Amino acid sequence: MFSRAVASAFRPVARPSFLRPVRSALQFPSGPSIPSALHARLLSNETRTAIDKAVSSAPVVLFMKGTPETPQCGFSRASIQILGLQGVDPKKFVAFNVLEDAELRAGVKEYSEWPTIPQLYLEKEFIGGCDILMSMHQNGELAKLLETKGVLVAADE
Amino acid sequence: MIPRVLPGLASRRLFSVSTRMATMTPLEDAMRDKLAHAFTPSTLVIRNDSHKHAHHAAMEGSTSKETHFHVTIVSDAFESKMQPARHRMVYALFKEEMAREGGLHALQLKTKTPAEEQREKERTEKA
Repeated sequence: MFSRAVASAFRPVARPSFLRPVRSALQFPSGPSIPSALHARLLSNETRTAIDKAVSSAPVVLFMKGTPETPQCGFSRASIQILGLQGVDPKKFVAFNVLEDAELRAGVKEYSEWPTIPQLYLEKEFIGGCDILMSMHQNGELAKLLETKGVLVAADE
Repeated sequence: MIPRVLPGLASRRLFSVSTRMATMTPLEDAMRDKLAHAFTPSTLVIRNDSHKHAHHAAMEGSTSKETHFHVTIVSDAFESKMQPARHRMVYALFKEEMAREGGLHALQLKTKTPAEEQREKERTEKA
């Protein structure tokens, strides 16, 4: 089961109801645990569907280690900070903690064809990991992209 | 094979032989070989950051000194490719190392073309 980590790191207020964890919709089939090296070839349809749903659950989706409030990895922490600095609207953002689900942790790597966490999706499109996010943040591409997609907090709010 | 040497030279010879046979940085060496071969990079910098992450929860029980690397690659092979595609080219080289338990845990990447590196240099000089 995915648990959804909400983005109160950059908006520490109550979540809008539609962002409450929708656990039933994202339920994972429980099966025997499989060594991580074998996962690459075993992404099941159920897992793929669950990740599809996760990726579609908000315009900006981050698969990370830990939660936005307490990231468990420096690269995940940096990614959250960048999204916060960019002014991503928390209502349009959802983070998934891969440490809470081995199936998700392994599955998302194959799903994205990307071997590391964090992973950022924008409107269901894979953008990259922490290094890409950081360089896009520094060279201005990220600001442009987020602006175009309309996922930033409105200036007059 | 260790050559027969005079007693006085033994220790030095043995040392040089043993470093060639069993390096302290097998993964880094393998990475350098693979990257050099795959990308013929004009710049290749491999930095081992493992010590900075040794205390992380994910590294509990790991004895490897080669888990976290920062790699800068400047190569024509990245021409006309987006960053994710470039990173995937590198990840593909280390598929086995990254999947292996206790293997390569994190790989920070800077992937540039020579032209991009030149532009970057000019920008920093201007600034």
